[in-house]
Amino acid sequence: MSFLNHLISGISLGSIYAIIALGYTMVYGIAKMLNFAHGDVIMVGGYMCFCATIYLGWPAWAGIALAIAVCTVLGMAIERLAYKPLRMAPSLAVLITAIGVSYLLQNAALLIWGSSPKMFTSVVGGQPIALFGGQIMLAPVTLVTVLSCLVIMAALVLFTGHTKMGTAMRAVSEDKGAAQLMGINVNTTISMTFAIGSGLAAVAGVLLCSAYPTLMPTTGAMPGIKAFTAAVFGGIGSIPGAFVGGILLGVIEIFAKAYISTQLSDAIVFAVLIVVLLVKPDGLLGKRVSEKV
Amino acid sequence: MAMLEVKDINVYYGLIHALRDVSFEVNEGEVVALIGANGAGKTTTLHTITGLLPSRGGTVTFEGKDITKTPGHAIVRLGMSHVPEGRRVFAGLTVRENLKLGAYTRPKSEWEASLREVYTRFPRLEERKNQPAGTLSGGEQQMLAMGRALMAKPRILLLDEPSMGLSPLFVGEVFKIIQEVSAAGTTVLLVEQNAKKALSIADRAYVLETGRVSKSGRAADLLNDDAIKKAYLGE
Repeated sequence: MSFLNHLISGISLGSIYAIIALGYTMVYGIAKMLNFAHGDVIMVGGYMCFCATIYLGWPAWAGIALAIAVCTVLGMAIERLAYKPLRMAPSLAVLITAIGVSYLLQNAALLIWGSSPKMFTSVVGGQPIALFGGQIMLAPVTLVTVLSCLVIMAALVLFTGHTKMGTAMRAVSEDKGAAQLMGINVNTTISMTFAIGSGLAAVAGVLLCSAYPTLMPTTGAMPGIKAFTAAVFGGIGSIPGAFVGGILLGVIEIFAKAYISTQLSDAIVFAVLIVVLLVKPDGLLGKRVSEKV
Repeated sequence: MAMLEVKDINVYYGLIHALRDVSFEVNEGEVVALIGANGAGKTTTLHTITGLLPSRGGTVTFEGKDITKTPGHAIVRLGMSHVPEGRRVFAGLTVRENLKLGAYTRPKSEWEASLREVYTRFPRLEERKNQPAGTLSGGEQQMLAMGRALMAKPRILLLDEPSMGLSPLFVGEVFKIIQEVSAAGTTVLLVEQNAKKALSIADRAYVLETGRVSKSGRAADLLNDDAIKKAYLGE
C-alpha cells in the first residue's frame, strides 16, 4: 500500500509541476522565450496569499484571489518592461534578462520579507481521508491540487483550441508577421499569454505552499526549474505535453526518493529527462508539423 | 484621387538602402502590377505599405488617410489585405481556422457567410477544411492564403508573388482567380516575377530596379517595350 501512497504524492507534486509547466510552455509557445523568472512568480504568489491570510486575516479564497491578481499584473509588467524591448534582440539577451528578473524578484522578496522561512497555512483545511482501513491517507489538499490541475489543463485546451483569442494565440505562435496581417495585435496577445501564465503560477504557488508549507524567497526557484524540465520532457509548446511531463516528473521524483535515494532523487529526475530527449528530442508529445514549401 | 498612393518611401535594412524614393499609385478598380527582378524591392514595398516595415520619410495614403505610421495589425481593418510572399499559412491550424483568422477583425456573425463564399470560389478548400494547412500542396496553400485574405472583405488586395513555385496548371488558376476578384470589384496590387503573366492581366505596371521605379505605364505598352521584353520577358 505504500506504493499507492507514493503514487498519490507523486501525482500531487506532479500536478503542481504541471500547472507551472503549463505557464512555461504557453509563454514559450507564443513568445518563443524561456521565462526563467516564472518560478519566482510562484514565490510571489505564495507570499501574497501568506500576507493576506496571516497578516490581514483574510479568508483563504481572498488570499488566492489576491495572489492571482498580483501575479497576473506582475507577469504583464515583467513582459512589458523587461522582455518587450528585446523582442528583436538575439535570444541569448532575452534569456540572460530572464535570469536577471529571476534574481531581482528573489532579492526583492528577501528585502521585503527577510530570509527566515515563513510557515504557510494550507488554504485547504480538513482531516486526511483514510481509505482501505487507514492504509491510504488522502489529504484534502492533494485532492484539490490534482483537481485544479485537471480543470486548468482542460480549460487551457478548450481556450486555445476553440476560442477566437486562443486561435489568435496559436497563429502568433506560428508566424507573428502573418498573424499581424490578419489584424491580430501581437503585443496584446503576448501580454495576454504572460497574464495567463503568471496567474497560473500564483495558483501553483498557493498549492505548493499548502503542500510544502515553508515559504522563502527561493521557494519558487527549484520547482520552476523542475517545471521547465517537465515542459521540455512533455514537449515544450504543447499543453497536454506540459501536463503529462509534470505528472511523470512528480511521480518519478517521489519514487526515486522513496525507493532509491533521497539525495539522488533530483539527479535521477534529470537523468530520465536526458534519456527521453536522446530518444525523442521533441519531448514525449512534442510535434513537428510537416510543411510543404 | 488615387485609392492607394505611395510617395517617396525610403526603406533601409541596416545600412542597405533597399527602397529609394519609390512612388506609385493604384486607382480604384485597377489591377496594378509591380514587376522586377529578385531583390529589386517588390516585397519590401508591400511590407512597407502594410506596416511590417517602417519607412524613413515618404508617405503611404490609402483612401485619403495617411497610413504611414499605422501599426500593421490595424491595416486590415481599413480594408486592405496582404497575401504575403511564400503564402505563410498557419501550418498547424486547420484550413477552416486559417480562413476564420482572415476574418479576425470582422464580427463573428458574418464569418459563416464569408466562409461559404470562399468555399464556392475554392471548392478544394472546403474538401480539406479540417486538415492542417501544412498538409496542403503548394498550390492549395496559395488558394488558402488568398481565401484567407478575402475573408477580410478587402477593398484592395495586395498579392506578393502568388505564382511562385507553382505548377503551370496552378499558375493559370491563380491568375484566373485574380481576374475574378478584380471583376468582383476588388482593387489589386500584384507583385510578380512572372512579368509576362502579370502584365497580361494588369491595367498598369511599374518596374522596380534595385530599389527604384525605373519605368511605368500601361501594361499593354510595357508588354511591347523592347527593353522590358529583353530584361523580363525573355524574348
